[in-house]
Amino acid sequence: MVNESSSLTAGAPPGAAGRSDGESSSIGRTRRRQAWLLVLPMLAVLAAIAGWPLARTLWFSLSDAQLSDMASRQFVGLANYIGETGVLRDPEWWNAVGNTLQFALVSVSLETVLGLGVALLLNHPSRLRTLLRAAVLVPWAIPTVVSAKMWTWMLHDQFGVINALLLSAGLIDHPLAFTADPDLAFPTILLVDVWKTTPFMALLILAALQMVPGDCYEAARVDGVPRWRVFFRVTLPLILPAVMVAMIFRALDALRVFDLIYVMTSNSSATKSMSIYVREQMIDFQQVGYGSASAILLVMIIALVVGCWLTFNRVRMEGK
Amino acid sequence: MCQIQLTQLQKRFGATPVLADVNLTVEEGEFCVFIGPSGCGKSTLLRIIAGLDDASAGDIVIGGRRVNDVAPARRDVAMVFQSYALYPHMTVYENMAFGLRHLKLPAAEIEQRVRRAAESLHLTALLDRKPGALSGGQRQRVAIGRAIVRKPKVFLFDEPLSNLDASLRVKTRVEIARLHRELNNTSMIYVTHDQVEAMTLADKIVLLRPLEGKSGVASVAQVGSPLELYHHPANQFVAGFIGSPAMNFLPGVVASAETARVTVRAGDALLSAAVDAAGLAAGGAVTLGVRPEHVVAGQGELVGRVVHIEHLGEHSFLYLDTALSPQPLVVKTAQGDVPLGSRMPFSLPAESLHLFHADGAAARRLRVPADAACVPA
Ligand SMILES: Nc1ncnc2c1ncn2[C@@H]1O[C@H](COP(=O)(O)OP(=O)(O)O)[C@@H](O)[C@H]1O
Ligand SMILES: [Mg+2]
Repeated sequence: MVNESSSLTAGAPPGAAGRSDGESSSIGRTRRRQAWLLVLPMLAVLAAIAGWPLARTLWFSLSDAQLSDMASRQFVGLANYIGETGVLRDPEWWNAVGNTLQFALVSVSLETVLGLGVALLLNHPSRLRTLLRAAVLVPWAIPTVVSAKMWTWMLHDQFGVINALLLSAGLIDHPLAFTADPDLAFPTILLVDVWKTTPFMALLILAALQMVPGDCYEAARVDGVPRWRVFFRVTLPLILPAVMVAMIFRALDALRVFDLIYVMTSNSSATKSMSIYVREQMIDFQQVGYGSASAILLVMIIALVVGCWLTFNRVRMEGK
Repeated sequence: MCQIQLTQLQKRFGATPVLADVNLTVEEGEFCVFIGPSGCGKSTLLRIIAGLDDASAGDIVIGGRRVNDVAPARRDVAMVFQSYALYPHMTVYENMAFGLRHLKLPAAEIEQRVRRAAESLHLTALLDRKPGALSGGQRQRVAIGRAIVRKPKVFLFDEPLSNLDASLRVKTRVEIARLHRELNNTSMIYVTHDQVEAMTLADKIVLLRPLEGKSGVASVAQVGSPLELYHHPANQFVAGFIGSPAMNFLPGVVASAETARVTVRAGDALLSAAVDAAGLAAGGAVTLGVRPEHVVAGQGELVGRVVHIEHLGEHSFLYLDTALSPQPLVVKTAQGDVPLGSRMPFSLPAESLHLFHADGAAARRLRVPADAACVPA
């Protein structure tokens, strides 16, 4: 993941800045060498912590390795991917892909909209603002496992406070099994994820909002431009680049979603994500080769989504 | 019809008074300049007129209508901000059109207004650029264009030239003067801290002074035409602010006060000033003032030692150590080849002298040098 996210910010190759003052000039060459020297340690670290595990996983995915006996693995080529029993022919896998994409799409959209709303509220000068700004971060600061457990208890069908509240308010006539009911499990997971990550979005968007020059708003005020128009024509376009980056960060997270689902609804196939599927194959079924293949596919799907996103963004920026 | 009237206007930020007792009328079509040292509340006053800030007390009347509680958009004013406040993501065209789009004007009308403004400001070739790709002067013209297309009754400028280099400043100053002539009947209020801009552009100058937390001081030091402020400063603050280099001040004691001639002992010299003697009596402490350009150098009964010279080509400024005041006396002279340390005779004509009472108020001058046939208001 480190690879994809770092390419967002450091898109230009090292030394690109020096290119304008002549390929062949010695000062340009020195600069380029310096640039490489400076990024070299980072490249080495990346190779060690991201490149090596990825390469190993790729290697395992081409074998029939078992967790119990890794040494006696055999090379099987692409059988784990496209063989009779390969990942790509497993409907369970495609179910997980569908779940994950749906989860990422809906949760990131909801978080963006809600985060924008919260950020706009927090951006209004008020004495409460500092306090609220700290308070809003609480869901984000709690470890996911803890908040997932907390929500599991709150949503418990017999002892949960939420069922109790809904029952006493007369909104439902029997307790709902939020995490067990296949129809409710997916929305429940979504809800908790949105609760947890909206603050992150809100803070990033708030930072973007504060970068919008205040005098633009005053100019619009003197000119009598209606507020909604100012929002859609001035605020939104100016914060959009930051929102896009925040969205892709969140999308990367959402496509790898694991802990929340593992804690809350680990048995439900309605909420099985790609990461859950990979873990199940590797640990529960001990199929390291097969699991590695699905892990590689997971990375490829994420890379594909990010690639599409960046291309879309670039086209959008150039179209303007 | 579009007169602006401010009565007893006060502004405080928290407990700190920033503007006090502002009473002011800007006539329709008038070019009014607010000038004063940095931090004296010029921008604040402009923003109060625009409606971006609220006055703490007092009335704002535009075109006969009290607008204290009227939204900025309904005051029929357009403002050019010091920072230009252009929308960074819009083209020059969109920047100018944006303030019109919600007015439900026909598209052709918007197009025509923008094109016409662009033409008069030489922006036509830049209409598709974004502000980031413009120079400071071009951005500034876009900001003015954005105000013009709205056809307001009142233009408000907040130090529009302060971010430009010297030559562009002169050019744009001329452009703004031309703009004001073309848009007759449009009042302009123009904030600056540059007295050359104020003197060259203004029909009326409003000189503001900082309150510095004091109470009982009015913000407006003087209102008048440029020449009135130059020749008949109402008080020592105005006298010291207008004119560059600043007026020389000589502390003294009244020796005799006759109706049209006050004699003051400054240092070991007796100087007479052609000012109204009302309120003066022998023995009272006063301050005499004389502008560097009104000291007659090269002849006279007074004498000073040249301690510093500034050559400006056309003329020079001599700094003379004299017995009149502790600070050197600044003298403007056409002769530049004066050796340092030499003795320079000079005289201070009675009609060139200003006299300020102990509280800073100026005594009325009865005669002014021949170059100024200007009658006090
Ligand atoms: N929003 C504000 N809150 C508190 N003090 C302010 C505010 N705006 C301006 N001031 C103070 O008011 C005074 C006048 O400011 P300003 O009108 O910007 O001065 P000028 O434009 O003449 O330089 C300054 O001392 C400034 O510190
Ligand atoms: Mg200012």
